[in-house]
Amino acid sequence: MLQVKDLRLGFASGERTLLAVDGISFAIARGETFALLGESGCGKSATAQGLMRLLPTAGRIVGGSVQLDGEELLARSEAEMRAYRGGRMAMIFQEPATSLNPVLTVGRQIGEVLERHRGLRGEAARARMLDLLRQVGIADPERRLDEYPFQLSGGMKQRVMIAIALAGEPELLIADEPTTALDVTVQAQILDLLAQLQAERGMGMLLITHDLGVVARMAHRIGVMYAGELVEVASREEFFTTPRHPYTQALFAALPDMTRRGMALTTIPGQVPSLAAMPAGCRFADRCPLVMPVCREQSPAWREAQPGHAVRCHWQGAQAAPAVVSSVADALPSGQAPLLDVADLKVHFPIRKGILQRTVGHVHAVDGVSLAISPGRTLALVGESGCGKTTVGKALLQLIRPTAGSVRLAGEELTGLSGRDLRAARRQLQMIFQDPFASLNPRLRIGEIIAEGMTALGVGGDAAAAVRALLQQVGLPDDAAERFPHEFSGGQRQRIAIARALAVQPALLVCDEPTSALDVSVQAQILNLLKTLQGELGVAYLFITHNFAVVEYLAHDVAVMYLGRIVERGSADEVLGNPRHPYTQALLSAVPVPRLDGAGERIRLPGETPSPAKPPSGCHFHPRCPQATEVCRERYPDGKTLSDTHVAVCHWVN
Amino acid sequence: MSDFQIVVLWSDILVWLLLAAGIGLGLLISRSPPLLAAWRRVGASRPGMASATVLLAFVLVGLLDSLHYRPALESQPGEQTQYAIEVLSVLDALVGPLRTENEKTYSSPLATHLHAKETTEVPGVGTVREFPRLKFGGVHLDDPAQRGGDVAMTALRAVGLAALVWLALAALVAARCGGWAAVWRGRTRFAWNAVLATLGAMLLVLLPVFLLAGDYHVFGTDKVGQDVLYQILKSVRTALIIGLVTTLVMLPLAVVLGIVAGYFRGWVDDLIQYLYTVLNSIPGVLLIAAAVLMMQVVIDTHPEWFATAAERADLRLLALCFILGITSWTGLCRLLRGETLKLRELEYIQAAQAFGVSNWRIILRHILPNLMHIVIIALVMDFSGLVLAEAVLSYVGIGVDPTMTSFGTMINNARMELGREPVVWWSLAAAFSAMFILVLAANLFADAVRDAFDPRAA
Repeated sequence: MLQVKDLRLGFASGERTLLAVDGISFAIARGETFALLGESGCGKSATAQGLMRLLPTAGRIVGGSVQLDGEELLARSEAEMRAYRGGRMAMIFQEPATSLNPVLTVGRQIGEVLERHRGLRGEAARARMLDLLRQVGIADPERRLDEYPFQLSGGMKQRVMIAIALAGEPELLIADEPTTALDVTVQAQILDLLAQLQAERGMGMLLITHDLGVVARMAHRIGVMYAGELVEVASREEFFTTPRHPYTQALFAALPDMTRRGMALTTIPGQVPSLAAMPAGCRFADRCPLVMPVCREQSPAWREAQPGHAVRCHWQGAQAAPAVVSSVADALPSGQAPLLDVADLKVHFPIRKGILQRTVGHVHAVDGVSLAISPGRTLALVGESGCGKTTVGKALLQLIRPTAGSVRLAGEELTGLSGRDLRAARRQLQMIFQDPFASLNPRLRIGEIIAEGMTALGVGGDAAAAVRALLQQVGLPDDAAERFPHEFSGGQRQRIAIARALAVQPALLVCDEPTSALDVSVQAQILNLLKTLQGELGVAYLFITHNFAVVEYLAHDVAVMYLGRIVERGSADEVLGNPRHPYTQALLSAVPVPRLDGAGERIRLPGETPSPAKPPSGCHFHPRCPQATEVCRERYPDGKTLSDTHVAVCHWVN
Repeated sequence: MSDFQIVVLWSDILVWLLLAAGIGLGLLISRSPPLLAAWRRVGASRPGMASATVLLAFVLVGLLDSLHYRPALESQPGEQTQYAIEVLSVLDALVGPLRTENEKTYSSPLATHLHAKETTEVPGVGTVREFPRLKFGGVHLDDPAQRGGDVAMTALRAVGLAALVWLALAALVAARCGGWAAVWRGRTRFAWNAVLATLGAMLLVLLPVFLLAGDYHVFGTDKVGQDVLYQILKSVRTALIIGLVTTLVMLPLAVVLGIVAGYFRGWVDDLIQYLYTVLNSIPGVLLIAAAVLMMQVVIDTHPEWFATAAERADLRLLALCFILGITSWTGLCRLLRGETLKLRELEYIQAAQAFGVSNWRIILRHILPNLMHIVIIALVMDFSGLVLAEAVLSYVGIGVDPTMTSFGTMINNARMELGREPVVWWSLAAAFSAMFILVLAANLFADAVRDAFDPRAA
């Protein structure tokens, strides 16, 4: 149905046009899902925008053809394109929070499409809207139709977005990272919805994603993009059993996993070449483990490895030789006196209202959390967004003052410390933040950034030498100290952030989703670095994340958080291998697995995490729990000890 | 015994200090790559550089007008040298005749006769009502009817001269920047083509004006016969001082209060917010009028403070700047408070807090540098607003001293002239155009600066 041939898109930069997409061709049949897979900056989103002819101002369509049922889209005028956009082809965007207009009701936004493409108005339009909202699984559509986007949760906004996309009854649906901004359990709901709608309507779907798990769940055929080119196209089965291109293979090898615990992950050295400096030959040559002289001279042609499985690579072999797997020294055994002991930590934020700012209630962001971390071990704190896991991290560092409870680091109480005592204690405890672009001051040199903690905390010695040693330790060149943050990529910036935290030789690092803003291959580099550093320095980590693959790979102990409280904790094997709390079970089964056999029995959770300002009575989880009964609605359960380390907080565990 | 005595007015000190600060800031910027890169983007912007060229011309006039002296009076040898009561500036000396060649009253641009008829005694004829010849405008002409040809010839000579000067300048630039083609096609990193084009336009206008100014009153004369062109040149300094010194007064207030409110929040924030909300809700002109009138009373009751009228006018100007500054910091303060609220939640600030870096050090190292782009933008944007504010205040009669020339006083005087028949339009038109060009240039430059410092574009 959709036929893209040799599409070339560029961005004007001065007098030059830099090609972001350089000659890609693919086809999508009715009822088929074609997934475009690749790391950030390789031209996936530009492709989608190019198909809709919605490129930003600097964007140019340089050449090629896009045909929808034989009709050339690139030759259409802007006025004619309006009939295609939202009509025959529709798009779903990544961020549901920003893709809906906040000042229009849901009904108005769906109605816009109905009026333009289906000519429906008034009662007929309203009936159709209710129908659409029902189809995308929104309960009580009559009420929702007259609500504004801020009254809806993230998952519901994405459902509304899908309803808008469906309103024009498109033949082709372009989904640009439709679930990246959503929580795991909500992601599972949305993916199911998309798959079901596609099957019902026989739409073609172009799914753009960087997540191999989503690809395994959704796609029929897969195209791997690298630096503006397609490098491999294969069916789902072929793709997951015999990936051909070294890049694809490296992507798989870089995924953290339970089976790779204790081993270093394979990484792809370097980074995606910039648009301005594309290599002449194969674009992956500089990062390829199997590079041959011909790769640098000549861009490889398409080669059909199997029927329906094409690859662009000079190398003819099937499977790369397994990379040398170096094992990483694992941590100390548990059972030592805990380094960090948190008891009944509470952080409540007051809700103020009225002219006099009277406190009318509290957000129970963290509501009685107890943790313990032994020296040199990693505790993963897992949970969906809004469950209070980041607040726990900040409360440990006293960046947010806890409302109640105690935080003892090496026997010393941290809550209530101030001034000099607190400064001394902070030498033991540091934090690595989620977004490497926001965590470094853009106006300071790297050397100054790293040395800041040393000067502030009065760590003596030769600061310049210490900075050099730290840069070496995190794998950055010496001259980095003189440069500014904007000269580094995301992964390199995260290394700088790690060096900064290590500069004061802490015993415990709080890592707040340190890899969630990074690509898979870069994530592997950072995880390797963290693991190596733990082996060398014996640092303990509190690893805050929502990514289960990372937890499986890195964590020794796991604590699962829901709405400000820990619902299950234990060693990694216990919690991940034998989850007992229904929330943990649901969470684990909702994670899309990048394997063919990933489609096991799934537990579907209805709804979304409630607001921590008004937690449900009794067990917080009961409104979504499949096993909930009367007792769950009335009383919060006590912790049930299942082994020395394994505790689950549920009435139904015994 | 020199033949002049240097007079240093307070505003002169401020002007030259500002210039020194500007140069110092430039040196600092050249050491900080991100700021340097942003200014390079300003340099590459064509409208930005064109307006900067115009602004530089204004600044040059203002600077020349900020070197004051009192000339010595003619005295007998052996006597103590006496200095004139009048304070002159280098600009006055340069334009020489423009200042001294005063007519009796109104005369239109490039006129040879007065604007109004007068009764004169003509020997043998008796009293006649006629337009008398000007004392200075066009006196070199034997027959006033030759004026058209003479003006055209002078203008033509000036245009030819302008072309020569411009070609020389352009050749110099081309030689230094790798040839004509590179300059014209905009391939230089600095927008030389815009600068050259603006310079060309400016030469084409200014050279004829100044060549003609030797023989004529190019923009006419006002009620007391003063040359309007001279008044405009003198107004430039007033406008620049109002624009620059006022920002200097409001900047520390706005920056310190804004950052403190945003960073510490709590009761400090409440206090500062109440302060600027209250200040904002008092009508601005009323507040300024009250302050200016009080200041005027103080100045009038202490004549012994000032040696010359120029010193009194100067102090009044500074006081006006101060009052304007005190009342206009709220906008920038609110902007900086908001930005600080955003910045303090950023992770690098939290990382610094986790290291136990002190609050003031965080403000200096992490917050202030990241607010600088807003400060620079606000600075340039406020400049034009303040120049306009001065015109409004002088029009209402609470602006600068009446003896000081400013765009506002010129417009104020022109109010009556528009009611005359035939109408006297040139004074207002000239003041209006000069102010328009200054403010437009400042606004365009502010736009270029804002674009260059916009973090989304960088």
